[in-house]
Amino acid sequence: MEIDLSQFSQVFFEESLEGLESMESELLKLDVNEPEDESINTIFRAAHSIKGGSATFGFTQVANYTHLLETLLDEIRDGRRQMTGEHQDMLLLSVDLLRNMIDALMRKTDFDDPLLSQLEKRFTAELEGDSKDVSGDDATQADTKQTPDEQLWHIDFQAGIDILRCGNDPLLMFTELRQLGELTVKLDEASYPDFVDIDPEACYLSWHLELITEQKIERLKEVFEWVEDECTIHYSSSAIDTGETRELQGDSESAQTSPEPESTQASTSTSDSLPAEVVKPKIVSQAKSPEGGSIRVSIEKIDLLINMVGELVITQAMLGQIGQQDEIDEESLLSMKQGLEQLASHTRDLQESVMQIRMLPISFAFNRFPRLVRDIGQQLGKKVDLILKGEDTELDKTVMEKIVDPMVHLVRNSLDHGLETPEIRASKGKPETGSITLNAFHQGGNIIIEIIDDGAGLDTDRILQKARDKGLVADDEELSTEAIHQLIFKAGFSTADAVSDLSGRGVGMDVVRRNINELNGTIELKSTQDKGSRFTIRLPLTLAILDGQLVRIGHHTYVVPLVSIHESLQVEPQRINRISENHELVRLRDEYLPVIKVFQEFGHEADAVEIKDGLVMVVDSNNEKIGLLVDELLSQQQVVIKSLEDNYNKVPGVSGATILGDGTVALIIDISGLVSLAGITNTNEHAA
Amino acid sequence: MKRILAVDDSASMRQMVGFTLKTAGFDVTEASNGDEALKVAQKGEYDLVISDVNMPVMDGLTLIRNLRTLPAYKFTPLLMLTTESGTDKKQEGRSAGATGWIVKPFNPDQLLATVRKVLG
Repeated sequence: MEIDLSQFSQVFFEESLEGLESMESELLKLDVNEPEDESINTIFRAAHSIKGGSATFGFTQVANYTHLLETLLDEIRDGRRQMTGEHQDMLLLSVDLLRNMIDALMRKTDFDDPLLSQLEKRFTAELEGDSKDVSGDDATQADTKQTPDEQLWHIDFQAGIDILRCGNDPLLMFTELRQLGELTVKLDEASYPDFVDIDPEACYLSWHLELITEQKIERLKEVFEWVEDECTIHYSSSAIDTGETRELQGDSESAQTSPEPESTQASTSTSDSLPAEVVKPKIVSQAKSPEGGSIRVSIEKIDLLINMVGELVITQAMLGQIGQQDEIDEESLLSMKQGLEQLASHTRDLQESVMQIRMLPISFAFNRFPRLVRDIGQQLGKKVDLILKGEDTELDKTVMEKIVDPMVHLVRNSLDHGLETPEIRASKGKPETGSITLNAFHQGGNIIIEIIDDGAGLDTDRILQKARDKGLVADDEELSTEAIHQLIFKAGFSTADAVSDLSGRGVGMDVVRRNINELNGTIELKSTQDKGSRFTIRLPLTLAILDGQLVRIGHHTYVVPLVSIHESLQVEPQRINRISENHELVRLRDEYLPVIKVFQEFGHEADAVEIKDGLVMVVDSNNEKIGLLVDELLSQQQVVIKSLEDNYNKVPGVSGATILGDGTVALIIDISGLVSLAGITNTNEHAA
Repeated sequence: MKRILAVDDSASMRQMVGFTLKTAGFDVTEASNGDEALKVAQKGEYDLVISDVNMPVMDGLTLIRNLRTLPAYKFTPLLMLTTESGTDKKQEGRSAGATGWIVKPFNPDQLLATVRKVLG
């Protein structure tokens, strides 16, 4: 039978990556001096599975490498070898290496990294010295002489008494033997016990078998391989023409030492006589490229969906019945209304459940941090405890993928700038080991991710000085602590005195904030000197659906992300200041906000051309408040985001589109895009 | 149709074994560890159980030991999938009550040959 093994590759890759992940996290948790059996077992199992799978599916490079890991881990597991920090490092490096190897396999590129041979050497060197004899069946391989054409084999087979209780059946063995040649079976009648002594589940029988075959003894032994220890088997052979009999001992060791009849000619039927040898599976490379990506969904989620679709079908049937009536009376009108209500509620449920499919626990993102914190902490000579909270909090897979980089950046920053060295911490009276906490929880329709450290906090004096040096803040300008903290999010701001390996590579907090804004999220910062900092990221749970405020401007309906809106108000004329032809500010309590006339930016008509005639919607853009001039507020609703880029083109100031209940298309406003479109720079502080 | 229970914690191995046996006309149920398999096995009767050895929650040998205590599985062929080429694991498997083993890596043909051998 032809089975294309490549169809299982994708699953193998995914589970291997998962295995590597658990391997990594266990390795990081591991106390080398007192490794827990369960941890070692988990690590071993991961290596073991990857090896088994890669060998089966023909990924030889991975199989050979994981074999080394497996051997080492097996020895540690059995207590034959003591785990060392060196082992831990080698295994962690192997996790990275294997990830890259699997990545290369997924992309169908060759893997060529000097690290591979380096690590292979380290493992081999480590394993050498007490290298055990792996090939227990050397002997069988040694004796591969050809058999003469046909021989008569006499096999005395006395079944072990418990053979049936292991699910073995002599009849099946005889059936197999019969396929090898001409078989005669004779029951040895003397083997019965007395009737009263018979245990019906036991096997007391012995047989004398005669087989005429051209197969070698190895093939015959294979038939009895599973039972050779508990059964007594005696083989002897005689050439058919001479009748000469050769004695062969029953157990395998001595059997090979017995002389085999001289090979007279090459046997032609060797093809099926070597089943123990591995036939390399043919790999047909037509597996899908990994680009599409896949997701694992729990059965419960899918069952829930199927359940709901069932409900939908019932509702549809009910409505369909009403639809077939020629006349609709009062009663059917009532049930139609009921049906529509049900339909609405099922659709809502279905929508929620479908969204659930894309939801993964944030532990997928959190999992990479233990390693990161360990490595960087070591590099910087800082002692850190990483605390993970709310790992089960779920969020959309795409959001998760995009939030990882900003999180990595923030955690690196906390390690590099936030946490102090053990000495400094001691001098401040803090515990030498600092802590970084990653916390996630749901709040409303959002997920909140917090990155908290108990380090030095932001150095406001230094930040202000730096900002003044860079001309971001005027020399005579006084700023509140919060305002100073906000400065670190400005483009071109970096306080690192020396450009270290970790921070200050030009990618600053402004990029972090921009990335988060692109996800329709926000980031806030609270910091207390010597107590630590807390970054709070607020993200929508999904990128596919948005809680939006619908607004009307002229004949157009726009959607503004609800998460960005502070308030909407009518502004009295005396609170409007015109500062230039196209720039107007409104005073709101103690702040001055620039107002964007949306209709101008998008180039169409509007009812409210002047600020006083319309509504000013106060929204958040990069943590600054901006006013948007709109004609009217419409309803709030969840909208399904359709990409403009996929369907049309990227449009500045617009992040996407949606289709409203009446079938019209509404554009979703991208606030920060609109701000740059309007050419508005920071105003708030300067204007104040 | 003969019913086979395939047990492996690795999804790809499980799929490969399942797919091969289904294609060959067997009725296959999959389980991802010994504990799960034991529960499944108690609910329905299987003509053959093929189980990986190294698995979380409950390993293959414990599964086999447990299955053998059930009247329905007293004489059922129970095969283990093992990468261990050494004799230790095989010996252990045998005393646990395993009928035999299939050594990884194996290809679909080898798997089928062994399965047909034990199912007659």
